[in-house]
Amino acid sequence: MAMKLLEGSEAIAESALVAGLRFYAAYPMSPSTELLEHLARKLPQRPGGVCINVESEIEGVNMALGAAATGFRAATGSCGQGLALMQEAIAEAALNETPLVVFNMARNQQDYFQATRGGGWGDYRTITLAPKDVPEAVEHAQLAFHLADKYRAPVIFMGDNLIARTQVSVDLKPLDLEPLPPKDWQLDGTSGGSGRSRQIWTWGAGKHNTPGPGPSAHWARIAAKFDDVAKLEQRHEEEFTEDAEIVVVAFGSGGKFVEHVVRDLRTEGRRVGFFRPITLWPFPGEALERATARARRVLVFELNAGQMIDDVRLNVVDRRRVVPIGGVSFDESGLNLGPLMHANAIRERIEAHFEKAAA
Amino acid sequence: MSVIDTIAPPEAPSQKVASFKPRLLQSEEHGLCPGCGEPVAIRTVLEVIEELQLAERNIAILGHGCYGSFVMLLDVDSTLCLHGRAPATATGVKRMRPECAVWTLQGDGDMVNEGLAEILHATARAENITCIMLNNGVFGDTGGQMTAASVLGQRTKNSIDGRDAAYHGYPIPVANLVASLQGSAYVARGSVHSAAAVAQTRKFVRKAFQRQLEGKGLSLVEILTMCPTGWFVPAANGADYMMESLGKTYPLGELKDVGEV
Repeated sequence: MAMKLLEGSEAIAESALVAGLRFYAAYPMSPSTELLEHLARKLPQRPGGVCINVESEIEGVNMALGAAATGFRAATGSCGQGLALMQEAIAEAALNETPLVVFNMARNQQDYFQATRGGGWGDYRTITLAPKDVPEAVEHAQLAFHLADKYRAPVIFMGDNLIARTQVSVDLKPLDLEPLPPKDWQLDGTSGGSGRSRQIWTWGAGKHNTPGPGPSAHWARIAAKFDDVAKLEQRHEEEFTEDAEIVVVAFGSGGKFVEHVVRDLRTEGRRVGFFRPITLWPFPGEALERATARARRVLVFELNAGQMIDDVRLNVVDRRRVVPIGGVSFDESGLNLGPLMHANAIRERIEAHFEKAAA
Repeated sequence: MSVIDTIAPPEAPSQKVASFKPRLLQSEEHGLCPGCGEPVAIRTVLEVIEELQLAERNIAILGHGCYGSFVMLLDVDSTLCLHGRAPATATGVKRMRPECAVWTLQGDGDMVNEGLAEILHATARAENITCIMLNNGVFGDTGGQMTAASVLGQRTKNSIDGRDAAYHGYPIPVANLVASLQGSAYVARGSVHSAAAVAQTRKFVRKAFQRQLEGKGLSLVEILTMCPTGWFVPAANGADYMMESLGKTYPLGELKDVGEV
């Protein structure tokens, strides 16, 4: 397919349509607003496509949950406080096994905990994809639906302001992904009166004639499923880690800035590497452990007061070596990237550690 | 005139009333209290679905409350959703499965307390769904606490001297609110306190589903149901108490019908 110049939000929306998105319901909130605007225009043009402007994030996520329960690909989107409002339904999707996709176009990276840990009830996790740029976001928009269907679980796509509002040439070809199991659980209304009618419920109790496993076995199976996801779906990217004295860990757009700075430093002969988790959950812990085994210092750059650093510390053998170099930042430029999203600012913060690492 | 042999045992067990069990219920063994009005209300809904030949094209969206104990008994495709969100979840279902009759079941705590926004906005959007609200004026499932629909003077576990407007505020007649919005096609309030009331409620439920099938917009039937265990009254007095308390605040009848045209 030919390359197309698109704004990030539109590229993500188009890629979701390529993936077969049929239902989207959302409430405007920057920078997820443009995603809603594109889908409000384009989804209704598709056969059976529906996009609803909702009165609250709570209503939007519960609508998407209902639409996804019918087996069609459905999503909602927001960020920050909007994602906070959705947490109850995201937990519900995990426990009643509905493949729900949430496009979280985060303002900065303070959404890390609520994207990866959630705020709902139950022994669940949310698969969280964090693209570094628009081309990767286009892939993730399709991968999110695939993983949601594969595991019958909620998936959070964690984009950001920079991705939403950057114009890039992208290729909107469908990804070649493995075949998925049939959706024999989907609610289509046809099984009433058969004695084998379908039920979607967090308790997994089933019906009188066709009892399910019951709550204990249901929840234990879901917990085991998330254990499998944790092993199978870790994704990451790393460079120059074999001989690095310093390894810098960062994700999302911040990861792309760090990648750029580290490559520059390498051309100057500095022994520095970088590591970028692509899935924030499951966190690529084993790969990080290997990548940092020989490093004297592990720097964590993230645009928050320190959230992913908890996961980094869990997976670096000597936790004293883990040092935060990110921070909370906000600027008035209109891009909302903050002064820390600047190659020179990141470079200074990394350079400040060379001496300390050598000592 | 035939002579009935009153001495020999009958060939088949005699039955005073028709079996409780409609076809779309998998068992009669529900877990609700004696004197509860909800089993009768749910029965009317299931019978109407059967009558309208919707058994194989309907999806139920159930909220949280005592009626939740019925979820394992209903022989229809169903999902249990979060407290208050049934009209939102039903919207997603109906928009994807427009060929199905989509109906919600909520209590007054579910719909009026937590889910007031969802029912009003689903109405405003004229969603083609049928919402059933079982109103007993209490959170029955948690043991009889006050809801936004509890009537003035009603004693509940957390309004033990009776609901006082000056302290607790006034009850919300959600059916009237829904009827006042443009997107509603049919709104009625029935009850299950007597056989005649059950028959009337059945007509209301039937019309509500018909308006959905005609694509007229949202239909709502509020059904007053007894909760003697949450009301501090003997089970036998439940029906009378209900009409003296809830019945006065929530008069029975049709509130709105856009008609068949």
